[in-house]
Amino acid sequence: MIPEIEELYQEVILDHSRRPRNFGELADAAVRVHGDNPACGDEIHLAVRFDADGGLENIKFTGRGCAISQASASLMTMKLKGKSRAEVTEMLRAFHDLVTNETSEAPKSLGDLRVMQGVRKFPQRVKCAMLPWRAVEQALEQGAGEATVSTEPA
Amino acid sequence: MHKVAASTVDWKALREDFPILREQAHGHQLIYFDSAATSQKPRAVLDALRNFYEHENANVHRGLHTLSSRATEAYEKARQRVAAYIGAPSAEEIIFTRGTTESINLVAQAWGGRFIREGDVILLTVMEHHSNLVPWQLLAERTGARLRFVPVRDDGTLELEQLPTLLTPEVKLFAFTHVSNSLGTINPVAELCEKAHAVGALTLVDAAQSIGHLPLDVRELDCDFLAFSGHKMCGPTGIGVLYGRAEILNSMPPWHGGGEMIVSVALDKSTFKKTPHRFEAGTPNIAGAIGLAAAIDYIEEIGRAAIFEHDSQLARYATERLTELPGTRVFGPKEERGALVGFVMDSAHPHDLTTFADQFGLAMRGGHHCNQPLMRRLGVSGTTRASFYFYNTMEEIDRMIEILHAAVHFFK
Repeated sequence: MIPEIEELYQEVILDHSRRPRNFGELADAAVRVHGDNPACGDEIHLAVRFDADGGLENIKFTGRGCAISQASASLMTMKLKGKSRAEVTEMLRAFHDLVTNETSEAPKSLGDLRVMQGVRKFPQRVKCAMLPWRAVEQALEQGAGEATVSTEPA
Repeated sequence: MHKVAASTVDWKALREDFPILREQAHGHQLIYFDSAATSQKPRAVLDALRNFYEHENANVHRGLHTLSSRATEAYEKARQRVAAYIGAPSAEEIIFTRGTTESINLVAQAWGGRFIREGDVILLTVMEHHSNLVPWQLLAERTGARLRFVPVRDDGTLELEQLPTLLTPEVKLFAFTHVSNSLGTINPVAELCEKAHAVGALTLVDAAQSIGHLPLDVRELDCDFLAFSGHKMCGPTGIGVLYGRAEILNSMPPWHGGGEMIVSVALDKSTFKKTPHRFEAGTPNIAGAIGLAAAIDYIEEIGRAAIFEHDSQLARYATERLTELPGTRVFGPKEERGALVGFVMDSAHPHDLTTFADQFGLAMRGGHHCNQPLMRRLGVSGTTRASFYFYNTMEEIDRMIEILHAAVHFFK
């Protein structure tokens, strides 16, 4: 198989896209964000519950989309559960850097998320990888209630 | 594996006319299956552009010098060439635009702005490209007109039995596509025009996907407007055409103001030329029009009937072979279709599939194809589309099937 393809679609990514973790409804969510990639029709519904300090106590998602967006959401929710606001914000920045910056080293703090690094060679797929992260960013900003976020701001 | 084309054209030899087909992508021989987005350009068109800039370039209709005469003559000859190509009675009925989208916007703004009132209805279909939907939404918003839609059956054809209830006297325009860019459906244009005219509605045909692929004559179709782009028919980007019946065009006000479209200008008021110059304010895409004429010459040399036969064979063969793949759903009519096939596979999302295929040199398109309402009707977020032209081959389709088999294996 072609190296770039295997780098993009690592076994971990394929596994998460086939069997996404934290996939499902979150009954007592504080905020629900509907994320949309109108360029391809992919969507994610992210539900977040905060702890007393504003950290991410629980986070789940539903939706449909390509392997990259589904795996990204699955890996992201695993990573972010139990993290403080500051940690989430820092990880968002680091993840964006991971999938867009050709030269940067993948920071160890990203853990499993580093398997998404192959995306940087496919600029057209960055939006797929970033969709769930845009949703979580919106969830933090919103704090409560419902919101929508799009990869193509109106 | 496949039948040999019945026609006598040497299709393989034609590939030599397209330098880009020798390109490689990711170290593989390019297979270009995205001609519905834009076609490739034969050397004849590239040469025409170069020749114009090297020997004829000047502005049109205003200089008195030699080059200006040459440029004007070549530009107006291109208009005549387009008229003959689509069977328009007069070159005055050919307006050069930037493409299909601009042609439709011209009608929506100039014709719609003058003749559409609150309560009028524009009839469209659910399979329209956004370019034949959004301009009408904007017009409806401005005027209080309403939009109505002919539904699409599961097999990708229009629910024609609905026409008697949809085509009421309030319908002022029926605008529809000739060939669907996602389904490949070929709509019965002449029949639709006749039925629209019976209730006094005008008709606009979006010929973007048909103009370079099948024989087309506006008198036989009896449409009032026809819109298309040059770049999907071997021509350059940035040039397109609006055909309109002369009496209708001359009843429409200008839409862009500027030079070239006026008879006389005073500080407070101007008078305007007749069609087509009324609608061509500013310096037009002169080279584009000349390139389009060269594309027409090239296509006519092969023959549109032969192209249609060839492309239909490719589309039928691709449709047939795609059903071999496990968990694959092919959209659009089985029997007759334009030069494209849209499909989804259980094992891979259209974007994953097109990214995967690209690594093997296969260029396809994945997504909603500017057809979001149609995708919703089909119950998918997008499809993968392989679209063909006369320079494509059965062997390329065989290769596509191999690549898709590899994708099934990879993503499953």
